[in-house]
Amino acid sequence: MDIENINIKSSIGVIGGIITSSESRRGILIPTLHKMQLENGYLPEDLLRLLSKKLSIPLAEIYSVASFYKQFHFTPRGKNIVRVCTGTACHVRGSAKVVDALQNRFNVKAGETTEDLKLTLETVGCVGCCGLAPVVTVNEGVVGAVGPKKLKGLIHDIEEGDDNGKS
Amino acid sequence: MEKVNSLEAFKNLQLLLKEETFKEGVPRLRTCTGTACMATGAQSVINKVEEEAAHSGKHIDIVKTGCQGFCQQGPVMKAEPYGYYYKQVRAADAHDIVGTTFSAGFPVRNLLYRDNILSEPKEIMETLPFYKKQMRVALHNNGLIDPRNINHYIAVGGYTALVKALETMTPEQVLDEVDKANLRGRGGAGFPAGEKWKHTKKAKSKIKLVIANGDEGDPGAFMDRSIMEGDPHGLIEGMLLCAYAIDAQYGFVYVRHEYPLAVVHLKLAIKQAEEMGLLGNNILGTGFSFTLDVREGAGAFVCGESTALIASMEGERGFPRPRPPRLSDIGGGAWGYPSNLNNIETFACVPHIISRGADWFKSIGTENSPGTKVFALTGKVKNTGLVEVPMGITLREIIFEIGGGILDGKKFKAVQTGGPSGGCLPEEYLDLSVDFDSLRKVGSMMGSGGMVVMDEETCVVDVAKFFLSFTKEESCGKCPPCRIGTYQMLEILKKITSGHGEPSDLDNLEQICRKVQKGSLCGLGQSAPNPILSTLKYFREEYEEHVHDKYCRAKVCSGLGTYSIDHSECFLCGLCKQACAFGAVKETRRSFFIDQDMCTKCKSCYMACPIGAVKVGKGTAKAARK
Repeated sequence: MDIENINIKSSIGVIGGIITSSESRRGILIPTLHKMQLENGYLPEDLLRLLSKKLSIPLAEIYSVASFYKQFHFTPRGKNIVRVCTGTACHVRGSAKVVDALQNRFNVKAGETTEDLKLTLETVGCVGCCGLAPVVTVNEGVVGAVGPKKLKGLIHDIEEGDDNGKS
Repeated sequence: MEKVNSLEAFKNLQLLLKEETFKEGVPRLRTCTGTACMATGAQSVINKVEEEAAHSGKHIDIVKTGCQGFCQQGPVMKAEPYGYYYKQVRAADAHDIVGTTFSAGFPVRNLLYRDNILSEPKEIMETLPFYKKQMRVALHNNGLIDPRNINHYIAVGGYTALVKALETMTPEQVLDEVDKANLRGRGGAGFPAGEKWKHTKKAKSKIKLVIANGDEGDPGAFMDRSIMEGDPHGLIEGMLLCAYAIDAQYGFVYVRHEYPLAVVHLKLAIKQAEEMGLLGNNILGTGFSFTLDVREGAGAFVCGESTALIASMEGERGFPRPRPPRLSDIGGGAWGYPSNLNNIETFACVPHIISRGADWFKSIGTENSPGTKVFALTGKVKNTGLVEVPMGITLREIIFEIGGGILDGKKFKAVQTGGPSGGCLPEEYLDLSVDFDSLRKVGSMMGSGGMVVMDEETCVVDVAKFFLSFTKEESCGKCPPCRIGTYQMLEILKKITSGHGEPSDLDNLEQICRKVQKGSLCGLGQSAPNPILSTLKYFREEYEEHVHDKYCRAKVCSGLGTYSIDHSECFLCGLCKQACAFGAVKETRRSFFIDQDMCTKCKSCYMACPIGAVKVGKGTAKAARK
């Protein structure tokens, strides 16, 4: 990501015309972190240092903001990011069992990445597919109504290195 | 796309599009492409239908609509001009759809909805019990149009309300109309939108903002998502009307980062509207200007709280700020400019109010809560999905008529409304008419409209624990009552559900609840105790069972109860013995039994038994031995 050449004016949009330049620099912080994470999969420290210089925001402040939000990560992530929804509906329909099964199978805790970087297991509050509870998302794909059979297929796909997230 | 420079030109364009876009009698398939249906394979069905149609030389107009609501039966689609409604369509069915329906005009029988295997199939969408009681206002265009196509929206009468307002109404009249309609905030609190708009209008600042709150973090609610994904222009039009009414120039839609499709659709819709001259400077040549932008959250539930949302937009940590100043005051909104923040669904109602009038809106619903409300009906009901119903409908109608009753014929236990800030209501309130005030009266709330149904196999203490673990995780930590209180409440609940509860716990729990309610800075903390208080109120005996009898009647909480094997049912398969990690299941020549001294009550044997011969009972281990 080319941090040197971020155009603050175009990033902030029309609103930039009515707020101060320091507010503009602040305003693009979160969208920029999103972009950075999209490119690298996580937020590397050296890039954050550059960003801190570019936006004249202290590094500690950037960390303070980035660590507040759940979406930002500071360590590399697995090739398959499996998110198990633990929303109300999924909880009622047994998402805890899905989490347990994946934890035991890959020997990771929720929120961790396997050593071979094959899988990152996460739990999310709600993916908004409650009609299909329990739901698991693999990378960008949504797998609904996860029963034992689907779970097996899912585990198989991850182990075989098929990263389409198809079940 | 040409820029439309005058109201007249737009009206002509609309007439043209109305004639051309959805022609009568053309074979048309409106397929749902909401997130849930896409997950169940809508795309492959669409591809296959296109292929089949090309193969047979028929032209079929495929409209990829937003969420049609019946997610459980997805992928769903509607075949026109016949009006047949198909559910759970697979790619393999494409041939039948093209052949049977579009060539011969007959329904494909195996795709029609049936209540059960013996009942008559329902051919037409509106006759399905799931849709019969619904009335679609905010979701009006979901299922009708392709959200990626502005022409579709205009063809079904989109932006007419805006044209009407710009042409025949002053900003004050628009505001009065919304005020008269008594549109109450659909985000959950039910604050009248007209009041809010007035406050913002009164603020003495040249620059004002309109912000739509799409940070729908409630677990179990997805109505805002459906509107943003399925009808983004409806939201834009609502925001335009608000901006016109309160004289605002800038707008933002704050969307949860977890809704990537919503962001894509919104950005596309904004681009199309700008190209057409419906957004930006000098809209439709009337001199009114409004720009709109999308801002993404980054995964914090608290950012749905208005002041925290503002902080997040400014690029700070999403901490709530003390009020006053309110958002609508100078110094309270984003970057200090007065901002008017409403929920997505609230904005989606505005165009309908302007085009059909406040009286029409007031004729729906109850006196103090006019209009409709979208609920996300989930949990243990047969039909889950998005339902939009007039206010004042009873819970029973929603759960048993629209939702089709409880799964597997089990018994209804409770319904949880309003997400982590709402409460659980027992069976005696099933005939309660649902509106903002009635729910609040019985200790729950409307909230964003999540409605989770629970049956006898759900433990209310466990549910309370689940919500508390959510609010504890999501508490931002700014104010001590919420930061420490949610943690302590959760600890007590954990203690109770793991069988270590003491009689004093329930009183302590209640005390902490009251203190957290009073002492917290923002709505998250103030409402966090609601799930506990409401379950304590209506299901106290279950708590007491957990504490005194060490027993969970729903058999959800492990570490409670006494496990034994019923020899009259046991057929000696030995699965329980294999399942037990502690060697507590002992085998004799003719039976299995559980050694109470070794049993850790982990429930493994109970889960493993294929015929339910492992029983969980009340009482102590001694009693089981007798």
